[in-house]
Amino acid sequence: MRSPKESQVRKLPESGVSRRGFLQGVSLGGGALGAAVLERPAEAAQSGVVGPGEVSITLWVNGKEHELRVEPRVTLLDALRDRLGLTGAKRVCDRGTCGACTVLVEGKAVYACTTLAIDAQGKNIQTIEGMTRGSELHPVMKAFVNNDAQQCGFCTPGFVVAAKAFIDEHPNPTEEDVMNGLGGNLCRCGTYIGIRKAVVEAAKAMGGRNA
Amino acid sequence: MPDYKWPPKDQRRIIGKPVNRVDGPAKASGRARFSQDVRLPGMLYAALLTSPYAHAKVTDIDTSQAEKSPGVKGIQIISEPGTEIQWAGTEIALVAADTEEHARDGVRKIKVKYEVFNDHFVKEADLATAQKLGRAKPSGEAVTGDPDQAFKDADVISEGEYGIPPITHCCLESHGQVVAFDGEKVEYRPSTQNVSGVGGDLAKGLEIPAANVHVHQDHIGGGFGSKFASDRWGVETAKLSKKVGGKPIRYHHDRRTELEIAGCRPAIYGRFKVGAKKDGTIIAWESKTWATGGFGGGGLNANLLPYVFRDVPNRRFNHSAVSINAGGARAWRAPNHPQVSFLTCSAIEDLAAKLKMDPLEVFLKNLHYTQRPEVYRAQLLKAAEMIGWKSKWHPRGQSGRGPVKTGLGIGIGTWGGMGHNATERVTIHPDGSVVLEIGSQDLGTGTRTIITQTAAESLGLPMKDITLRIGDNRYPRAGASGGSTTVGGTSAATRKATLNALEKLFEAVAPSLGAQPDQLVARDGKIMVKGDSSKSLTWRAACAKLGVTPIEATGSNNRRSPGGLIAGGVGGAQMAEVEVDTETGIVTLKKLAVVQDCGMIINPKTAASQCYGAAIMAICGALYEERILDAATGRFLNAEFDFYKLAGIKDVGQIEVHLDMTPEHDARGVVGLGEPPVIPGIAAIANAVANAIGVRVPRVPLTPDRVLAALERRRA
Ligand code: FES
Ligand code: FES
Repeated sequence: MRSPKESQVRKLPESGVSRRGFLQGVSLGGGALGAAVLERPAEAAQSGVVGPGEVSITLWVNGKEHELRVEPRVTLLDALRDRLGLTGAKRVCDRGTCGACTVLVEGKAVYACTTLAIDAQGKNIQTIEGMTRGSELHPVMKAFVNNDAQQCGFCTPGFVVAAKAFIDEHPNPTEEDVMNGLGGNLCRCGTYIGIRKAVVEAAKAMGGRNA
Repeated sequence: MPDYKWPPKDQRRIIGKPVNRVDGPAKASGRARFSQDVRLPGMLYAALLTSPYAHAKVTDIDTSQAEKSPGVKGIQIISEPGTEIQWAGTEIALVAADTEEHARDGVRKIKVKYEVFNDHFVKEADLATAQKLGRAKPSGEAVTGDPDQAFKDADVISEGEYGIPPITHCCLESHGQVVAFDGEKVEYRPSTQNVSGVGGDLAKGLEIPAANVHVHQDHIGGGFGSKFASDRWGVETAKLSKKVGGKPIRYHHDRRTELEIAGCRPAIYGRFKVGAKKDGTIIAWESKTWATGGFGGGGLNANLLPYVFRDVPNRRFNHSAVSINAGGARAWRAPNHPQVSFLTCSAIEDLAAKLKMDPLEVFLKNLHYTQRPEVYRAQLLKAAEMIGWKSKWHPRGQSGRGPVKTGLGIGIGTWGGMGHNATERVTIHPDGSVVLEIGSQDLGTGTRTIITQTAAESLGLPMKDITLRIGDNRYPRAGASGGSTTVGGTSAATRKATLNALEKLFEAVAPSLGAQPDQLVARDGKIMVKGDSSKSLTWRAACAKLGVTPIEATGSNNRRSPGGLIAGGVGGAQMAEVEVDTETGIVTLKKLAVVQDCGMIINPKTAASQCYGAAIMAICGALYEERILDAATGRFLNAEFDFYKLAGIKDVGQIEVHLDMTPEHDARGVVGLGEPPVIPGIAAIANAVANAIGVRVPRVPLTPDRVLAALERRRA
C-alpha cells in the first residue's frame, strides 16, 4: 500500500468521468461494458480523459494535503479508508442508502461511497477524524456519549458527521427536525431514540451557533 | 473464600448507576477499530465470486485470464468442478490482489461453466408445492390431553393462518476478516461474537492446532447471532493467504453477498385453531406449522407452541421442515421466539375478536398456563397503563369513520438469559494499577461498561482506575455472546476475580493496619478496617506494600453453580399503538410500550438501550423487512438496502421502556437482556393493525400492499 505523502496542492486534472453511477456499473457484477473499459491499457491523462489506470491526485483532508495514486474509479470512501488510513467513515451499502460513509465536502454531508476520489480534489474534505481536537471530543460526540446514541458503533461516525452538518444548518432543532434531517442514515442496532436526544442536546451545547 | 454475593441495593455505589458507556468516546469519535478497519503491513484485498444460480453444478472453472489480471496475486477455488450448488450466492472462488478494485477485476475474469438445473424451489410459504416436491419433512405429531374432545366442548373456535418470512441479520459490518496464515500460525482479525472460540473453529478448517490461531478483535459492527463461526470465507481466505506466502488478506462481504449468505431468521407459517369457553379461557389449541431456514429445512420445538401459554391442557402440534434453495438460517436474536410470539399472540387476539372480548382480558384470563403468571399480569397492566389501553382501546374495527384508523395490540415473550461460563484474570500491580483480562467481546450491548462497573464496585475504586482488556483469545476464556448470556457470565466472573484478588491484597496489607485480613474492606479508594475509619491506607499505599510482585487472581462463572450472582428466565410484554391509512395501506407506529422483566441491572442506561434497540428491530420486522426470493431465478431480489428496508430515525415513533426493577427481580442476580425485548414487538404491532382496520393481515411485514389486500378481502 502506498503511503500518502504531503505535497503542494496541484491543479485538478480534468475528469472525463464524473458519475459514480457509471462506474458503479463497472464494479463487481457489472456487465460487458465494464470489462471493456477496464481492459483498456492504462492511459495517461490525455485530452481530458483520465484512467482507467492510476492517476496522481491530491486530496485536502482535515486541513492537510495528501498526494496519492488511485484509479479514477476509486471512491472517496475507499481512498480515505484504504489509502489514507482514515477508517472512521464506514462502508456498509456502498451505494448511497445508509449514510455510514458520510463525510463533509465543503461543509456539506456527502456519501463518500458515491463520490469519486478524483472528483473530491481541490475541495475541503472533513472526516470524523478531523472533528476532534486532540483528545477533546466534538460537542456532537459528547452528546452521543451522554445519550448512549450508539451500540455496536458501526453507524455512529456517519451519524455524528451527518448530525454536525445538520446542526450547522439548523442550529436550534427540535427532535421532530432531527427526524426529518437525519433520514439519510441507518442504524441496525436501533439507536435512534438516543440520537434524537443527542442531536438536540449537541445543538444546545453549541449555543445555537454554527460550529 | 470471599463472600461473592452482590452488595445490597442501598450500598451499591457504581452498580446500578446509569454511567456512560466506557467505549462511547472511541465509537463516537470514529477511533473504534473494527475488523474492516484493520490494515496490516503488506495486506492484500480479496473479492469473492459467487454463484448466480440457485441449483446448478460447477462443471469448469478457468482462471487463466484472472491470473494475468493486473495486481492479482492469488486465486483460491472454493467450489471445485463437480460441486453441486444449492443456493444462489454460494462461494465459488476468491481472488487476492493488491487493491480491492483489482481483486474485483480478477473475479470478473474467472470463467465458470455451470450445468444449470432450473428446478430450484424457493417458495417457502407454499407448503402444498413443497410437499408435492418432497421438500417438506414432517416432524411427527405431538398431542397433549384430548384436543378433539376439547374442541367439541369449546363455546367458540377461532381459526387463522399467519406467516412471517425470513429476514436477514443485516449487521452493518458485514462478515469477514483480515487473516494471515503462514502455513503454521494464524493471525486472525475476524468480526466475531465468539473471540474465545472462533480460533479453534478456524483451526479445524485449516487442520492445525487451535493454539496456533491468534484472534484479536476490538469492536464488532453487529452480530445478532450470525457471527459465531469462522465460516467458509474465513477458512478459504486463510488458505489463500498461505498460497500467497502468508501475506495478510482482508475480505468482507459486499452488501449483496452479506444478505444472501451470511444468515437469516427462518420463516414460520402456520394454521391455528383455538377453542375457548365463553369467558375467554382457552381449552384447546392446534397448530400446523412449517418453517424454512434454507436448504437444511427449519425445525421447530413443539414446546414453543402455544408460546408462553404452553400449559393449555389439550393441544396438537404438527410441524414440517421445508427445504428451499436459499442461503441458510443462523441464530437470530432470540431464535424462533419473535416468530412464535407473533403466531401465538395473533391467534389469541383473533380469538378475542371472535369472542367480542377485550384481548387484554383474554391474555389475563389465561395466564395460569404460563410459567410466571404474576410477572405477566403485572407487566400487562403496566404496559396497558403506559399505552393508555383503558381509554384508547376499542373493539376490533371500530375506530371511527375517517380513512385513518387507530388500534392497539399486545405481544408477549419469554427468555432464559443465564450467564455463560467465563473466566477473568485480575492483576493488581504494586503501583496500584488494576488490569482485567477476559476473552469476551462487546457487541454494543455494553459488556465493557458492565465489567468495569462491577470491578470498580468490588474494589472500591473509581471506574477510571480500571483497565479492561477484552477481545483476544490469549486472555482467559469466555463464552460466545449468544443467548443473552454475556452480561451474566462476565459480571459474575468479574465479581469473583476481583474479590479473589482483593483477598490477597488484604492479606498483604493487614499487618500494617494491625488487623486481620477479614476485618478489611475496600471502599472509596481506600483499604480500611471495618468500623474504624481511622485505620486505613489509600489504594496506592496499600498496593505499594506488594513490593515488586503483582497480585494475580482469576475468577470463573460456572452456569451450573451460579451462586446467587446470576439467574435465567424472564418475561416481557409490549403494547403498540398504530395508525393505519386505509386509503394508502400505510401503517404508522405511534408508540410502543416495552415492559421488560430483568434481574439486577448493572447499568440502567445501556440496559434501556438494549430495549430501545430491540424494539426498533421488532418494528423493522413488523413493518419493513423481508427477504424476497424470485421464483424464476431463485435469487434474493432485494439484497441491497435500497429495497431491503430497515426503519429510519423517523419510522419508529415513540418508544417507552419500563424495566421491571422490583426488589424480587433484583434479588435474582444478573439476567441477560439482549434478546428478550426483541420478541413481543412484532405481535403487538400486528395485533394493533388488526384492531385498527377490523381484519387480520395474515403476513408480516405489514406493507401497504398487504394491508390493502386484507381490506379488499374484507369488503369482498
Ligand atoms: S456506505 Fe455509503 S451510503 Fe452506505
Ligand atoms: S450502533 Fe450498531 S448499527 Fe448503529
